[in-house]
Amino acid sequence: MKTLFIFFLLILSQSAFCKNWSVKTVPELQKALLESKANDTILVAKGNYKVLNLEITKPLVMIGQNQPVLDAQYKGEIFIVKSGDVSISGFKFINVGETSMIDWAGVKILESENVKIFKNEFINCYFGVYLSASNKCLIENNRIIGTPKEEQTTGNGIHAWKCDSINIFNNYVEGHRDGIYFEFVTNSLITNNLSTKNIRYGLHFMFSHYDTYTHNIFKKNGAGVAVMYTKHVTMKDNFFDSNWGGSAYGILLKDISDSDIEHNLFNSNTVGVYMEGCSRLKMQDNVFQKNGVGLRIQANCDENNIHHNNFMANTFDIATNGSVTFNYLNDNYWDKYEGYDLDHDGKGDILYRPVSLFSTLIERMPQAMILLRSFTATLLDKIEKIIPSLTPENLKDDSPSMKPNAIKAFNFKV
Amino acid sequence: MMIKFENINKSFGKSEVLQNISLNLEMGQSVAILGPNGSGKTTLIKSLLGMVIPDSGQILFDGKNIKNEFAYRSEIGYMPQIGNYPPNLKIAQLIDMMKDIRKGKKEGIIIDEEIIELFKLKKMYQKPLGTLSGGTKQKVSAALAFLFDPKVLILDEPTAGLDPLASELLKSKILEEKRKGKLIIITSHIMADLEELSTHVVYMQEGKLKIFKELEDLRLEYGEERLGKIIALLMKNNFSKIIA
Amino acid sequence: MKKTIKYVVYDIIRNRFVIGYTLLLLLLSVSFFWFEADPNKGLLSLLNIILMVIPLVSVIFSTIHFYNSYEFIELLSAQPMSRRTIYFSQFLGLCFSLGMAFLIGVGLPTLIFDGSMRGLTLVLGGLLITLTLVAIAFLASVITKDKAKAIGVALAVWFYLCILYDGMVLMVLVNMADYPMEKASLVFSALNPMDLARILVLMQLDVSALMGITGAVFQNFFSSTWGVFISFVLLLLWVITPVFFGYRIFSKKDL
Repeated sequence: MKTLFIFFLLILSQSAFCKNWSVKTVPELQKALLESKANDTILVAKGNYKVLNLEITKPLVMIGQNQPVLDAQYKGEIFIVKSGDVSISGFKFINVGETSMIDWAGVKILESENVKIFKNEFINCYFGVYLSASNKCLIENNRIIGTPKEEQTTGNGIHAWKCDSINIFNNYVEGHRDGIYFEFVTNSLITNNLSTKNIRYGLHFMFSHYDTYTHNIFKKNGAGVAVMYTKHVTMKDNFFDSNWGGSAYGILLKDISDSDIEHNLFNSNTVGVYMEGCSRLKMQDNVFQKNGVGLRIQANCDENNIHHNNFMANTFDIATNGSVTFNYLNDNYWDKYEGYDLDHDGKGDILYRPVSLFSTLIERMPQAMILLRSFTATLLDKIEKIIPSLTPENLKDDSPSMKPNAIKAFNFKV
Repeated sequence: MMIKFENINKSFGKSEVLQNISLNLEMGQSVAILGPNGSGKTTLIKSLLGMVIPDSGQILFDGKNIKNEFAYRSEIGYMPQIGNYPPNLKIAQLIDMMKDIRKGKKEGIIIDEEIIELFKLKKMYQKPLGTLSGGTKQKVSAALAFLFDPKVLILDEPTAGLDPLASELLKSKILEEKRKGKLIIITSHIMADLEELSTHVVYMQEGKLKIFKELEDLRLEYGEERLGKIIALLMKNNFSKIIA
Repeated sequence: MKKTIKYVVYDIIRNRFVIGYTLLLLLLSVSFFWFEADPNKGLLSLLNIILMVIPLVSVIFSTIHFYNSYEFIELLSAQPMSRRTIYFSQFLGLCFSLGMAFLIGVGLPTLIFDGSMRGLTLVLGGLLITLTLVAIAFLASVITKDKAKAIGVALAVWFYLCILYDGMVLMVLVNMADYPMEKASLVFSALNPMDLARILVLMQLDVSALMGITGAVFQNFFSSTWGVFISFVLLLLWVITPVFFGYRIFSKKDL
């Protein structure tokens, strides 16, 4: 397949009067980069190349044959792309050093368009792929594995700043500070990525409007996923798994508005979704299971519509820090609901208050957690159910589902 | 072999149940322990069995202090006043269990099943103990006491609750064992039985040992044949004359 | 001793109450798992049974059994048998019988319906709770003089451990909310076998919530196998300690 592809490229380049450069050594590579014309192809043979700060300043097709290793020996970075229409594939980037001054990266893309980075490996790189003020780029099928150190001395796997229309597909990121980092990135798509064991966030997302992320897996990251200060973001079909810790969340949503959170699976997180300052979110068809807290809604959230989700086997379904108003809960399934359905419409006849007194208590006295599931805790909750006094009056599901809502099966490629 | 009580004291809370009891019992004796209710008879027996631990003094069994010992009890057969056994065990299992306990505790153990035969217990072997009548339980207790041919027999109200026939059978068995030279210690409220069975009398009152004498001597002393009468006289006389 | 235990066990397992108790547990467990689609909910319902019903039954039954066996214990103590053998054969016989009742009634269905680590922990915790309360019942029995008093003590212990204690802990935590109570709250739970068993199960069922409590002591305790190990050891101590003190008293007790 690969040879066919290369063959095809050869024909294509021949026909376009483009030249092919086959390189086997570092000087040859440096020469090719200098002397090649726009749209030439540079084929790098299998081997170990000790290279530093190679600039690509014209449209080029860079192909690593049988995965040549580009080693920066911790002294700097590897490719710096300063031109549009560059494609880089088939390489293994290793040992990109770390400085506090410059964000060294395996591949850095500066103010360029239509750059494609695919089928590469990035091992021990401070930053893996670094995009700055670039548009319409594609980052696909890369494996980016870092060695996590301190938060300050570890870079991001895929880092994008001030970009537009970026596509990030099918990448695997592990062991970085943030697996995927977006700041001021708009109209972009993040799909089918697996981001795990990063020391801070699996995905970190700020001021990045009109983006969509779907079918990603975020697992065992230090603090889960953080999405902040953003409007019109769509999050669908993602899997947030096993993010544990005092400040770890499936997703942390801070100042998010007008966004859709649909058909995601939140499994076994300390907090499934944390919402702070969120408005007009639509959350539906999500499954919250085995989380410490399924959904935490802080008091400054409003106009959020939480509809047709399933809450199952969470320690607490919903927690909050005060009196939440104007958030709408409807048609959710709560496994702790003990009501009945006399009119057989599939909805419980009495409303459900998902915030338990005990969770309110934990809010003020975290140590009381050791009383979880004790007789005392159960008694408190039962009393509160009968005479609500401390739990928020307005946070209630008027039509809780009697059975788990039919939510289409999750299908994740790993 | 003999049993020696040396200055035994025991109190339960404020009540002094045994006060400075000293007593030597020897093989071949059949000792009736008598006294009003609460005089310390049961406590005396229990202390010999190690169920009650004296506050001071010591009990020597065959010359050895019984404190913290238990092996000496393989020489003792005990028939308790109330035989309450695990209700769901069968008689056969109880007997097997006792055999298991005694096995290996003593060389050349002899099993004496005469009582079992006399009381025809074998045909009830498969009955759970909880379903037995009081009398049958007594029979089981008796069977257990005699089962291992012990040198010392301690019988607490042995004939209480037995039908006349069983009572006679048991008494003849006791007499037979007495003839073999065993030491037999009996408490009973039935004076006629004691008269028949015992050679010696221990009389206790308010935790004190008032009298320990041969039955024959007492008879001579009081000029009375009947033990019942002698005891009645004893209680009346307040002992002032008798204690030497 | 082994042979005596055999007969004690033989007697107890034919006890109608123990048979009924086993069947009731079996019925409850099976129905919890059967009617709840989610085994998690079944486990939680069972946890409540383990924390309330099982301690109550264990402590009361053991006390009653001890006093019902009193004459038998007397008879045994007239045999060439040490007090230690008598005491421990009764104790172990009871432990075995009630333990089997629990394992058949709760253990078997749990492991069938949820054979995971959490199911196993629940069963192990419940078993240790059973043994603890048998041990406590024996202690209560040897320090009291009559059955009624012993049952009273046993009930009081149950009420204290299962109901009162956590309420008191909560009061302390509320009143001392301004102080760092992290270590103290762990110590509190070590002082109650019910809490220990409960926390063992929590570490399986609610680990994601437990990890949310900030504080290094909690994090260390709940995230490591050490926490599980320490809890198990403490629970075992809760079995051994009362049974040992009970034995010390029994060996000098006048029967």
